[in-house]
Amino acid sequence: MSDTATAHAVHHAPTGFIRKWVFSVDHKVIGIQYYFLALFSVLAGIVLSLLMRIRLAWPNEQWPLLAKIFPTGFEGGLMSPEFYLAMVTMHGTIMVFFVLTTAPQGGFGNYILPIQIGAADMAFPVLNMLSFWVTFLGLVALMAAFFVVGGAPIAGWTAYPPLSALGQIAGPGLGTGMDLWIISIALFCVASLLGALNFIATLINMRTKGLSMTRLPLTVWAWFTTAVLALLAFPVLLAGGILLLLDRNADTSFFIPAGLVVSDRIINHKGGSPLLWQHLFWFFGHPEVYIAILPGMGATSHILSTFARKPIFGYRAMVIAIFAIGLLGFFVWGHHMFVSGLNPFTALAFSVITLSIGVPSAVKTFNWLGTLWGARIQFTTAMLFALGFVSLFVAGGVTGLVLGQTSLDIQMHDTYFVVGHFHLIMGVAAIFGIFGATYFWFPKMFGRMMNESIGKLHFWITFLGVYAIFVPIHLAGITGQPRRYAQFTDYAYLEPTAGLNTFTSIAAIVTAAVQILFVVNLFWSMFKGKKAAENPWGATTLEWTIPSPPPHDNFGGHVPVVHHGPYEFSVPGAPKDYIMQNEPPEAVPAH
Amino acid sequence: MSEARVEKLSGSLWNGGVSPFGVGDKKLGMWLFIVSDSLTFTAILIGYSYVRVASDNWPMPFTIYPSIAFASVMTFCLLSSSVTMVMAVAAAKKGNHASAVRWILATMAGGTAFIVLHLYEWMHLIEEGVTPFKNPWGDPLFGGTFFTITGLHMFHVTSGVIYLGVVAAGFGRKKFNDEDVEVSGLYWHFVDLVWMFVFPLIYLLSVKMG
Repeated sequence: MSDTATAHAVHHAPTGFIRKWVFSVDHKVIGIQYYFLALFSVLAGIVLSLLMRIRLAWPNEQWPLLAKIFPTGFEGGLMSPEFYLAMVTMHGTIMVFFVLTTAPQGGFGNYILPIQIGAADMAFPVLNMLSFWVTFLGLVALMAAFFVVGGAPIAGWTAYPPLSALGQIAGPGLGTGMDLWIISIALFCVASLLGALNFIATLINMRTKGLSMTRLPLTVWAWFTTAVLALLAFPVLLAGGILLLLDRNADTSFFIPAGLVVSDRIINHKGGSPLLWQHLFWFFGHPEVYIAILPGMGATSHILSTFARKPIFGYRAMVIAIFAIGLLGFFVWGHHMFVSGLNPFTALAFSVITLSIGVPSAVKTFNWLGTLWGARIQFTTAMLFALGFVSLFVAGGVTGLVLGQTSLDIQMHDTYFVVGHFHLIMGVAAIFGIFGATYFWFPKMFGRMMNESIGKLHFWITFLGVYAIFVPIHLAGITGQPRRYAQFTDYAYLEPTAGLNTFTSIAAIVTAAVQILFVVNLFWSMFKGKKAAENPWGATTLEWTIPSPPPHDNFGGHVPVVHHGPYEFSVPGAPKDYIMQNEPPEAVPAH
Repeated sequence: MSEARVEKLSGSLWNGGVSPFGVGDKKLGMWLFIVSDSLTFTAILIGYSYVRVASDNWPMPFTIYPSIAFASVMTFCLLSSSVTMVMAVAAAKKGNHASAVRWILATMAGGTAFIVLHLYEWMHLIEEGVTPFKNPWGDPLFGGTFFTITGLHMFHVTSGVIYLGVVAAGFGRKKFNDEDVEVSGLYWHFVDLVWMFVFPLIYLLSVKMG
């Protein structure tokens, strides 16, 4: 029993550039690769969202330069509604899969989790490398959709059939572009479930001496729960993707009902149901929301405790809440389908379970507030983003309670209210988690400090900016402004929201521009930042016991031994205001 | 033993370096993969049930002889290969390399027989006019679900035969240990188990009545 478990793959530091930086099996290099893949993706996603916001705010403006780049999408200098839908689809897909799923888990999880549990690497280093490169291929396939005949698909990130299942005749981008989209997502599914398997095996088998489950940092619990969700959710999307691909290319009709007439042609398919796709997709899609947000919750808990210099309030309750959110997340997919024709009793059940997620979410929120209560808070940039996360999580969560009720959702469905809700909770909150994690772990990852002044400026403008974007979006939604429309000028009842749309767009442009500060800070600090000490934040977990950046095998050949819990801050009688997890028990007086 | 294990799991006695479940990385990884992969099959089988229940003229074309009899022979081949796989794992645990390799080769033969018979059945159905998008008897999705589900399963069997070939070669040359054989056995039994869902759902429930 013990000999199999201890025989973990030990690999030596590679010397060549290719093995060290490209096809590396070192979890730290792979983590950084995931991070930069997500950084590239988020910049691409922001550009797409700005194109949409410009179209909405200035509906009659001509864009001759863009017309030169996309001659079919900008006929006459004006973005066509179909091109707008392609932007909606690609923005959503890039952000959800290649940013929100990739950076928190693939990036930080990969880099930090093995070190926090005292391991030299992941359980399957080669599989880890393959997961990254398959994800990379997925991104290449997705980006390729921009450049094929017909352009990018217009079916939305949810790819609802029959639109997504019928091929070229259903609209531009639904030929090759849609196939590339499905292939991209299928690759992403495979990479993610293999990555998840790796995380779970690593956590269960490779914890170091003394690191019992109750001493795990909350970050590790969050990454672990996320991995369980990914392991169970992605295979279902993969199944849906296979069926959709067959509908398109083998003339099956799993998702295509009888009697469709599209572009004046009778579709010769029958027997299928678009609802089947919605069930398969949202069985994945709802846990996916938690896959995006849970690592942010973990990082937030970790950062709040560190800079409040207090133990996290209610450690066990936090762990149970993470699991409860993950578990309940598998039984609420129907709340995305309230207007799809569910039996009202089914909808009621989904509604009740959905609202019950408010309980563990509130447990987490109050525990965060309890951690902050009476603390002498150190307002570092990482801390500001963690506080911002709490704010956004509450703001986005409260509107979730609105949409979780069928009676209200039927009114709000497919309006900007939904757009505002999910952007705050799974988009911006998760991004704040990524920002917080970046400012917090950058010194460990790159051996240098980020600039705190630029960081704080970045925080304040971004924090105010995202509310300036998304509060008006909620208001527009309550007014009844529908999603996915390229233009509202034809609807008299929406005339009053024109000003809101312009304001939102200006806020979006300013907030996006400020992200340049972050990118500059990131790269400048990487090469010119102040050298980072081993433990610049006075934190307690194992990654802060080793040099910044860590050596190839993390602990330089020795196995760390853990004697303390993860959040022993301000322990009465201790010589410092923190006790590191590996400090021998005799160094700290009994308390 | 078990009491010590419980203590280790729940309290501060955790010593690291030991798997809490007594399962090595590879075996744990394979179990997790099986959990994940079974959800892919579950999703597709539920999809099949969904469209079948919704259909009002789902064909039931199979006769006990020859259709079901033929599929039963295929099932027999696959299940026998699970028995030979058990023998392979047992021989590997005893350190008997030559015997383990022979049993793995027998397992691969069983898997290959299943694939060949299955392809023969596919050809036969295609000749009768069954395709993924139409069939002579009724709801066109009959063919779609049949070929998708059995095709996905056959892909798993084919991958398994190749995987077993790699394991046999590696174990024969002592590059792999007995745990690698056991892990490949887990995968093989899983693929067989999936067939035990496919066979009743796709074949037995589509038998012509009366």
